[in-house]
Amino acid sequence: MDKMPKWADVILIPLISLILAAILSALVILAIGENPVEAVNLMVTGALGSTYGWGYTLYYATNFMFTGLAVAVAFHARMFNIGGEGQAMLGGLGVAMVCLYIDWPHWSIALLAACVGSALFGAMWAAIPAYLQAKRGSHIVITTIMFNFIAAAFLNYMLVNVMRPQGSQDPATARFPETVHLPTFQSMFSTAENALFRGAPANISFFVALLACVVVWALIWRTRLGYEIRAYGHSETGAVYAGISPVRITIIAMLISGALAGMMAINNVMGEAERLVLNSTEGAGFIGIAVALMGRSHPFGVFLAALLFGFLYQGGAELALWTSIPRELIVVIQALVILFTGALDNMVRMPLEKLFLSLRKGAQ
Amino acid sequence: MEFFVTLIQVLDSTIRLATPLLLACLAGLYSERAGIFDIGLEGKMLMAAFFSAAVAAVTGSVWLGLLAGIGASLILSALHGVASITFRGNQLISGVAINFLASGLTVLIAQSWFQQGGRTPSLFGGGRFEPINFPFADALSGVPIIGPIYSELLSGHSILVYVAFLMVPATWWILYRTRFGLRLRAVGENPAAVDTAGVSVVGLRFAAVAICGVLCGIAGAYLATALQAGFVKEMTAGRGFIALAALIFAKWRPWHAMWACLLFGLLQAVALRFQNIDLGGVVIPVQVMDALPYILTVVILAGFVGKAIPPRAGGEPYVKER
Repeated sequence: MDKMPKWADVILIPLISLILAAILSALVILAIGENPVEAVNLMVTGALGSTYGWGYTLYYATNFMFTGLAVAVAFHARMFNIGGEGQAMLGGLGVAMVCLYIDWPHWSIALLAACVGSALFGAMWAAIPAYLQAKRGSHIVITTIMFNFIAAAFLNYMLVNVMRPQGSQDPATARFPETVHLPTFQSMFSTAENALFRGAPANISFFVALLACVVVWALIWRTRLGYEIRAYGHSETGAVYAGISPVRITIIAMLISGALAGMMAINNVMGEAERLVLNSTEGAGFIGIAVALMGRSHPFGVFLAALLFGFLYQGGAELALWTSIPRELIVVIQALVILFTGALDNMVRMPLEKLFLSLRKGAQ
Repeated sequence: MEFFVTLIQVLDSTIRLATPLLLACLAGLYSERAGIFDIGLEGKMLMAAFFSAAVAAVTGSVWLGLLAGIGASLILSALHGVASITFRGNQLISGVAINFLASGLTVLIAQSWFQQGGRTPSLFGGGRFEPINFPFADALSGVPIIGPIYSELLSGHSILVYVAFLMVPATWWILYRTRFGLRLRAVGENPAAVDTAGVSVVGLRFAAVAICGVLCGIAGAYLATALQAGFVKEMTAGRGFIALAALIFAKWRPWHAMWACLLFGLLQAVALRFQNIDLGGVVIPVQVMDALPYILTVVILAGFVGKAIPPRAGGEPYVKER
């Protein structure tokens, strides 16, 4: 028998965790001598008050959807992929190679190729930790952390020594050619008399991210492979008994996870920067952890959580612009969300379970 | 002779760079030997670095700074303990949260306290740990070979360096020669047996996490008040993770931890001093030196060069049967 109704598990617990994180964040803002109500107002107008704000919010949300889905898929196989950051960096490398070294007649074909390139590179970066976990039993968390650092050093090497154009001091690739520039929301939705999303980086990758959410949902809940992944995550011995190979599932789940993290690069590298720079990921790989935890590893939950973090990111940038609150406030909020929805989950869950049990006894 | 001078200088810098790694590595050793994985070493060091520099800058006393650093690190340790021992949460997720908490809070507090863009004022005089000169260090420095080794390599470090290296035999003795150490190791391998013997698993694990907090606090204070003069944003720069790598490299043993930290310290010192290294035509780029600790750890983890087996109950919350 379930201790709680399903809606409480899916909606009530994340909501309470979020409220706790919000209360603590408000206390932090108070403690540094600012007004939390004004801060929230500024964030809402800055991130949601104009199409420009929305353009940034949705741009960040696109990044977080990809990295959140990546962490979520690994969670379903009961693995913790902290390597999203490194996988996204390598995805950027894949996108840069596709865009720079091949001539594309049209952006749409280039986008397809970039999706494949970024997914391949991201999956490749996840493949080694996955193999080591499956075959040699090396803990995936430690190896993916190490691979983040190795990815940073590798990217640094590639940008400084290999891909930097002649005569440039900047550790970055050349700009991508005009033909592979992705359509932004501005060019897609603006009319002659009414300019929308002006100057905002949101672009067509947002719809690719939405599609990825649907595909991941179908994969996890509507295919045999998804069933095997969930079964393995639920109970390894049970899965083995049912004839599911742990090695195969571990590697496949991590490859999908790495590919999703890598695909983030079509948004930030191809869609926004239009060249590969150092630290292009800006920690989005780690925010994926918070997004997946908050979204309860469900693609729809990941979508909502990614929107929330997109709002926080753009709102935080506006705060840093207009008040003396630095951008790092968002890092604190992110930490609190991870803490309450992840590590302190039982703190919220146990009293609620008791409450529902006593309610049920009262009803009988 | 020039080669010898360079060698001494690189080794001297190795010792200084290995010290924070060693302190954090031993911190992780206590925690993980008791069965609590800790990937939050980085965050605890960062928090300690900030509070030690801030308090040292305000009071002018580096010792008060050290205490503040240890205190700040202990608070994060307590959070990790409550999340992973009391509420039996995921230790890895808790560690990730602690790293972000420290990374955000330090800049936030530094900005509202000092308004210098997330750094503390520079420390000078009593606000820093001064080097300790051994007796006759100056007199002996002219003696060939032994002179530079004694007066430059061994003498002239801050007290925390000597504390860090003395912690190695101390940790060995505590772990392998005391009752507390035996129980600590047992609780990381088989907590049920410890519980059956009537010893509190929760108490032991909290003790281990607290020791971890104190050592991370010293490591952070060393970074901000001895190695450098003040706190800057993200000044730990991945040292907590290199320490974690060293811990795995050492297979959770104190003496090996020291050698691993010295090796990783040497890599950092070489990368600092030489940019790209030319070995008879083959150029080793500096990025390889940066990545080498992580690559070595992956190789060790993969079990190609001796297998690293973590404490058996590591990462598992202990649930008493009812």
